[in-house]
Amino acid sequence: MIVPWGETKLIQGNEAVALGAVAANIEFFAGYPITPSTEIAELLARYMPLLGKPWIQMEDEIASISALIGARLAGAKSMTATSGPGFSLMQEGLGYACMAEVPLVLVNVMRSGPSTGLPTQTAQGDIMQARWGTHGDHPVIALAPCSVEECFKLTIRAFNLSEEFRTPVILLPDEIIGHMRERVTFPAEDSVQIVPKPVPDVPVEWYEHYHPTPTNISPMASFGSGYRFHVTGLTHDTHGFPTRRKPEVDAKMERLKHKITRHLDKLEDVRMHDVEDSRVVVFAYGSVYRSALAAQELLKKKRKKIGVFRPVTIWPFPDRTVKECLDDKDVVLVPELNQGQLIHEVERMTSDEVRVIPLHRVDGYEITPEEIVASVMEVM
Amino acid sequence: MRKYCEVRLSGAGGQGLGLAGRVLSEAAIRADYNVCQTQSYGPEARGGSSRTDVILSRNEILFPNCRNLDILLALNQESANRFAWEVKEDGFLLLDSSFVNQIPEGHVYAFPLTDVSIELFKTPVVANIMALGMMAALGRLFDLETWVRVIRETVPERFVDLNLKAFEAGHKEGREVLHIEEGRVPVAFDRKRPVLKSQRRSNH
Repeated sequence: MIVPWGETKLIQGNEAVALGAVAANIEFFAGYPITPSTEIAELLARYMPLLGKPWIQMEDEIASISALIGARLAGAKSMTATSGPGFSLMQEGLGYACMAEVPLVLVNVMRSGPSTGLPTQTAQGDIMQARWGTHGDHPVIALAPCSVEECFKLTIRAFNLSEEFRTPVILLPDEIIGHMRERVTFPAEDSVQIVPKPVPDVPVEWYEHYHPTPTNISPMASFGSGYRFHVTGLTHDTHGFPTRRKPEVDAKMERLKHKITRHLDKLEDVRMHDVEDSRVVVFAYGSVYRSALAAQELLKKKRKKIGVFRPVTIWPFPDRTVKECLDDKDVVLVPELNQGQLIHEVERMTSDEVRVIPLHRVDGYEITPEEIVASVMEVM
Repeated sequence: MRKYCEVRLSGAGGQGLGLAGRVLSEAAIRADYNVCQTQSYGPEARGGSSRTDVILSRNEILFPNCRNLDILLALNQESANRFAWEVKEDGFLLLDSSFVNQIPEGHVYAFPLTDVSIELFKTPVVANIMALGMMAALGRLFDLETWVRVIRETVPERFVDLNLKAFEAGHKEGREVLHIEEGRVPVAFDRKRPVLKSQRRSNH
């Protein structure tokens, strides 16, 4: 048994991702090693032969994600792991997977960029790359864990969401989370829910690979299962063949959009601490969320009250909840390990009366609780 | 028992700080602490500065890096200079005097870990575990059985004996500094000052 169900262990964030993948029944891994995500590939190279599943190091990241798409079309649940520069290369394949509606999990352990940047140090620089990195309008689901335990849980959730929504899901731990070692108590095996692959239940001759459904999510057959279908990156009809007819093109694009926007309640995941009765709220995600909570503790000792708001699912952005919960505040502080990315979404969802203040850090170190406290004290 | 303790192991890349940090964290988990261990290192495989922060706490650990050190291990001059000021007033520094010539101020124990490692074991690679042994005695961290068990489980099998011997060598040195007989290191995590000034031994 690879996953130590029910046990308490000291493990690393990246190790938790690898174990989460095994827990979610990963069947194929292709990747190209890159700091700070290499441990995920390394550990899966050890685990997957034990499971009798293929693991392959490809010649680069474009090939890796292409292999993933092929593997999933043949029915194998697939994952890859990379970091900023590799994630850039994967954008082409990511768009293809969105268009062809292929479920897969892409882990991007974020390091400092642009380009090679500070490869061993932390950042949250790929928030917008995760949203708009690939071209065209496309659906995106991205999750940001804040602890080793969450690396495990959110990897399982990423697999589940990708199968449920038939779309790629991006996991975005920052380097500090990926390389951190923490005490983790694993859940019991039967308490973890794994979403099965969405197989069709129609006769072979009736099968449409992109059959329109009320939920906008089509059942998906695998190559070799007897069902016949065509896959292309060109805009296609319900059988998967290229089309330029307006009703078919519109229907495809609407469906891609609605399969996310009509299921926001399933996707949204936020954590709130004292948000309701505070005038000042810190909006933070990933590792910075922990600093925000520590800052909240420090401020409590000074008899100052702040709230902390954290989106766990970053994309789709929790528009409605942010509007409901933060639009009546005096100040929203948005600390990020970049020069301001998700802050624009917060600004978009709050009125002009709310002061949205940034706090940036891009030197590869974490934002400390003291820095957050200092920023809060300036406005309080 | 102390509820919270911050330990930083620092030196150059390749000195085995990551392994030492893992052994320390595993020991802390066996003693039922919450642990958060982070690492910082450069893109180089060897050389460059490297550090491992370990926080032990009875409560949930929020911010993952050390800010007020209870214990600092510095295996080279650069890290001693850089981090000595972050040690709390009631904390202490353990220095490898094989590499550190200018001793910073404060509560310092200096011992030529690497030189002694070469002398005893014909290799410098176990200086990290020796340091851990010495730190365990000086800081009164956990009992010996816990350490032995953790080293057996964490270190690759063919190096276990070497590492156990190195740990014992370091632990013994720590005991001597404290004037404590073998096997009688009390696990008194909460003592404000680990050693009286008069008991301090310097190699300089």
